[in-house]
Amino acid sequence: MTTSTAGAGLVHTRRERFGPAEELRRLSAGRPVTRIDVGPGTDGVPVWLVTGHAEVRQVLGDHRRFSTRRRFGPPSSAGRGEGPRPDELIGQLMDYDPPEHTRLRQILTPEFTLRRMRRIEPGITGIVTEHLDAMERTGPPAELITAFASPVPGAALCELIGVPRDDRVDFLRRCHAFLAPGRGRQRRAAAGELLSRYVAAMVARQRTDPDEGFLGMLVRDHGDEVTDKELRGVCVLLVLAGLDNISGMLGLGTLLLLGHPDQLAVVRDDPRAVDRAVEELLRHLSVPHAPTPRTALADVTVGEQLIRAGEHVLCSLPMANRDPALLADPDRFDITREPAAHVAFGHGIHHCLGAALARMELRIAYPALLRRLPGLRLAVPDDEVPFRVHALAHGVDRLPVTW
Amino acid sequence: MELRVDRHRCAGSGLCMAQVPAVFDQSDEDGKVLLNAPAPAPELAAAVRLAAARCPSGAITLHERDTADH
Repeated sequence: MTTSTAGAGLVHTRRERFGPAEELRRLSAGRPVTRIDVGPGTDGVPVWLVTGHAEVRQVLGDHRRFSTRRRFGPPSSAGRGEGPRPDELIGQLMDYDPPEHTRLRQILTPEFTLRRMRRIEPGITGIVTEHLDAMERTGPPAELITAFASPVPGAALCELIGVPRDDRVDFLRRCHAFLAPGRGRQRRAAAGELLSRYVAAMVARQRTDPDEGFLGMLVRDHGDEVTDKELRGVCVLLVLAGLDNISGMLGLGTLLLLGHPDQLAVVRDDPRAVDRAVEELLRHLSVPHAPTPRTALADVTVGEQLIRAGEHVLCSLPMANRDPALLADPDRFDITREPAAHVAFGHGIHHCLGAALARMELRIAYPALLRRLPGLRLAVPDDEVPFRVHALAHGVDRLPVTW
Repeated sequence: MELRVDRHRCAGSGLCMAQVPAVFDQSDEDGKVLLNAPAPAPELAAAVRLAAARCPSGAITLHERDTADH
């Protein structure tokens, strides 16, 4: 049991530069499952933090006994998770358990196959090129997050969903307002409402005149099988999953590579090395702190710890990805490693639907950036780069660079 | 080595197909794994083992058989 440090968020969200915070490492030293204190949110119901790789895979792989439907909060309000779903969670797959989950995921999965992602690859390459052109026109120097790491996944998301060109600036502004951390619940809810309203209008347009984008395809292929509210929720889910995670990876990954010039040179110069490099970056950085909290539906033993029905479980992805049982010398960043069975995209039925798209964006963006700007370097001292706090995905807030 | 896939478990990541396209495919219909070669050639064994270990839903399992089966 630990007490949380004021203002620093829950213990599993704490980082020190590229790795998990020392406090988190100490907490889980030798214990893959440990009880944490999350404050008043759960009304006394125990919350367990799982940090071992095998144990994280056990929990995330066992959707029969670990539900994602129920949330942190008093059991009275969360109920058994069988009551009506709050409107804003409709369509958000991570809140669904089978068989509801199975149905909706089956509708969405074909839209994210490797082959389909390869079809949109030229579009993603075009987006990357466009942003690098703009950086060259206006710099050096540049701020890499606003110039590249954030707009590239933003534009990719618009391409995927099928947001009309003229609407993109407005759409992404709403997305970022919705994702902005540390803004209090009311302002966040208001921003969510604005985004949701925009998406609802987009869904309505696709119903009457479907185009070739993701929404248009779903409407054409599935019609009445999927409701407007579900489609709206799916779009919001893509926003939640597809912006901060990828911008976090691009910003933080570039900073990490700048600190390892020999590995940076390999990513820049050897196209055959890029797949492995991206897997190692995903493992080493593990930008999402944790997947949706699980609630045990039955008594289960995980890593010798009995977790009782009704208790909550958080899985630390960065800790699991640095478990010495997963790979030797886990804190070393080494792009020549055999790809590890990391859990940066989660595990089990809720494994990130957009993993193939995310990988593709990273595989295109890192080498393109490094090749176009071979003299890329930090424009400020290394210790002045501000890291994200209170965000759902780790990353840097700003990355001033020059070349 | 005999290979089995559990399409109910499969989360449709396409990772196996990206790694060992000779053995795994991904259905365009439902995005789930398809098995091209349930008994892959011995030279693919290492790649297939890695794909099974990395499968994000544990949908790929390997079953050793008598060496005579190879």
